[in-house]
Amino acid sequence: MDSSLADAPDARSSVSIALAGSGGAGILTAGNILLEAAAQAGYYALMTRSSGPQIRGGESAALLRISTCPVECMEDRYDVLATADWENVDRFTAEIPLGSDSLIVGDPDRGEAPAAFAQSGARCANVKFKVMAKDVDGGRPNMLLAGLVAALIGLPEDAIRHAIAKLLAARPDAIEPGLIAAAAARARVADDRALATEARRLALAPARPHEATRWLLTGNEASGYGAIRGGVRFVAAYPITPATELLEWISPALTEVGGVLVQAEDELASINMAIGASFGGIPSLTATSGPGLSLMVESLGLAVAAEIPVVVVDVMRVGPSTGIPTKSEQGDLNIALFGFHGDAPHLVLAPNSIADCLRTTAWAVHLAEALQAPAVVLTDQFMGQSRAVIDQPADEPGGDPRIVAEPGAPGYERYAVTESGVSPMAIPGAAGITYTADGLEHGPAGTPSSQGADHITQSSKRLRKLESADYSAQWADVEGDGNLAVISFGSCTGPVREAAARAAADGIALRVISIRLLSPAQPGLLSKALDGISKVLVVEQNHSGQLFHYLRSHFVLPVDSTSLRKPGALQFTPGEIHRHLIDWGSN
Amino acid sequence: MNEQAIAEAPAAVTPADFKSGVKPVWCPGCGDFGVVNALGKALARMQLHPENVAVVSGIGCSSRIPAYTSCYGFHGVHGRSLPTATGLKIARPDLTVIVTGGDGDGYSIGGNHFLHACRRNVDMTYIVMDNRVYGMTKGQSSPTTEPEWNSKLTPRGTGLREFQPMVIALASGANFIARAFTGDPNALADVLVQAIQNPGFSFVEVLSPCITYRPEQRHWKKQVQRDALKPSVDAADAAMQVLRNDPLALGVLYRGGRAPYDPRSHAPAAQPVSELEKRFTV
Repeated sequence: MDSSLADAPDARSSVSIALAGSGGAGILTAGNILLEAAAQAGYYALMTRSSGPQIRGGESAALLRISTCPVECMEDRYDVLATADWENVDRFTAEIPLGSDSLIVGDPDRGEAPAAFAQSGARCANVKFKVMAKDVDGGRPNMLLAGLVAALIGLPEDAIRHAIAKLLAARPDAIEPGLIAAAAARARVADDRALATEARRLALAPARPHEATRWLLTGNEASGYGAIRGGVRFVAAYPITPATELLEWISPALTEVGGVLVQAEDELASINMAIGASFGGIPSLTATSGPGLSLMVESLGLAVAAEIPVVVVDVMRVGPSTGIPTKSEQGDLNIALFGFHGDAPHLVLAPNSIADCLRTTAWAVHLAEALQAPAVVLTDQFMGQSRAVIDQPADEPGGDPRIVAEPGAPGYERYAVTESGVSPMAIPGAAGITYTADGLEHGPAGTPSSQGADHITQSSKRLRKLESADYSAQWADVEGDGNLAVISFGSCTGPVREAAARAAADGIALRVISIRLLSPAQPGLLSKALDGISKVLVVEQNHSGQLFHYLRSHFVLPVDSTSLRKPGALQFTPGEIHRHLIDWGSN
Repeated sequence: MNEQAIAEAPAAVTPADFKSGVKPVWCPGCGDFGVVNALGKALARMQLHPENVAVVSGIGCSSRIPAYTSCYGFHGVHGRSLPTATGLKIARPDLTVIVTGGDGDGYSIGGNHFLHACRRNVDMTYIVMDNRVYGMTKGQSSPTTEPEWNSKLTPRGTGLREFQPMVIALASGANFIARAFTGDPNALADVLVQAIQNPGFSFVEVLSPCITYRPEQRHWKKQVQRDALKPSVDAADAAMQVLRNDPLALGVLYRGGRAPYDPRSHAPAAQPVSELEKRFTV
């Protein structure tokens, strides 16, 4: 995908739009209309949303990137900042970087652009949205905003009409005024010389013809669907930002496939409900964020000891403590890897794009079931809450199901020591093979034991089953060639890929390694992927370099290995990483 | 009889069929022996089969019960037996689910789950063996310990009034509430049968002496007031009974009429999974 950014014709292949305004101005609706219209017109797109801490009201922003090729991250700068009013919009200064090439569109009757934006040197265009809205019976400024931006970037009129009708379907009486307002805004762009000039500059190249089905979804939805595709039929839920939408999506979806969701009283309950359901033979999952994961780790230790499959999706947010619940960070890698008490072999996986949330979550379910171990899936707020147009993902590889013991199996022992380390699991209802699942150390039959020999045997068995599995097909995405490598994970992968494409255009050849399976550590596979590499850069979004230090301690890296990291709340941009690659790659 | 006829003849289940043969870690004379015996009697009386019963517990002396039965057992994390059992029962409604534990596990570390299990009213039975002490950690005050009782951790007593589990259960919505005594195994088995058969969440407080750390509880045998509580379907009446009676009054207190919690959709056919993709298609 990356090369296609570079070989775009003169017309722009990508445009970045920021819509902002006070709460209740319908900014997110306007953003969703543009996203839907872009999808209809055959473009790829990505939209993130940002809002103040208020539950209702307050300011909000919809940040979009629309492109002729797939997009996994935001651009370095926004080409257009369009607002219906400026109330508190200056709070988004850091999130909406503008350049001297950018265009600010605002309503002069609703104030002036804050100095922080004006200082960028961006051009300003005045559009009296409020006055124009009054001319339309039932008209709202946000529909004018959507219509105006659609016209500026060259989205076809029928696409925006379709999007308005679809997104306002729940409020049928708003559709006609919306269509009229969007048409009025389009006429304004055509009639206003300055805006018409901007429109020529901002116009996207035509969308490329395509056969493949496109999907429009968030990472949280993709994770939820991946869970169901992997076989999950029981979910226990406790709401927490930014994981709640995953749980809200999967609740009705489970119902349609014969599964069930229970709302728990807290995260201690939700993880134990999931473990209880899985003990009953039903593949189970819960989703949470950092504070919830902290509450769950004691019980995840139980799932290790009792060998019960369970999956936890951690949609990471800025921590520690309550941190910044609505912003992204990759700060939970350490707790996911090392937070368990005792020696507790388990799985940690990380999807690296919205589309990959589907495949990796399904894979986590497959691995947990086949290996009878807990799996933590690390996504983050950026992937979880951003909405993207993607190509329909290929079906993920299937997995081995849980190995279940036959009723009446003679001499059955639940924790029998096997070569692979996996022992057949008795499922309640099966006669003649009952056992007690136990967090206490036990012998092969499951009977509690305080003998050191049993502890050594069972610890080895639990480690062996994870270490002997073959993860080579999916453990990482390894792309590109050269003697330099950038290693990353999760949502940093998008900007790393784009930065690597830019560096390649500068003549710096790079290999990008995005690690999907973080635990059990695969030093052998990484060494193979690093064959011929003399220098490594590890890119991640946290303050302490958790991935960098993990790789340094459990893997073999070249001596010349360095770290590029920053904490949340702002995602890396491709430009930030590209600038670093130029200095790093040429020294 | 030929071999096939023997195989097909329904063998009557006996209390012995519910014993695992694992030797309990309990002190000689522990009240919990009586509970595991009464549970076996109750399950045999109902002619349930061990493989269709799950016994779920947390941590503590009484939480060791699952491994002493031949049922499917789950000995999990301290205080979390009720959520584990809730997940199991909702995922597998065909199973009979019994939860066992002590006063520390259920009312202290697991207190929030107790409230919500009563409120949620999943069809299962919660047996709390109350000895008013943490036994496994060698004698500390629990939520039901008398305020003036001394321990190494609280040498002058806790000074805190006792938690009232039956009142809490009533206020939180449990559908069946009783108090029984482990020293009366037949009466206990009888209460357990009623609890298991009653739909929804059944709560049975079992007075189960800890003769090691609370030797004075040996006298409960003489102090308990048998059949002092009268079954009521009225929550207000039941609350008055339990508050006005002696804490050692035994009997079934309350039988509610709430339907058990059932979050499953009973819509006919489940869709193929790929139908869900229509939500995403542009």
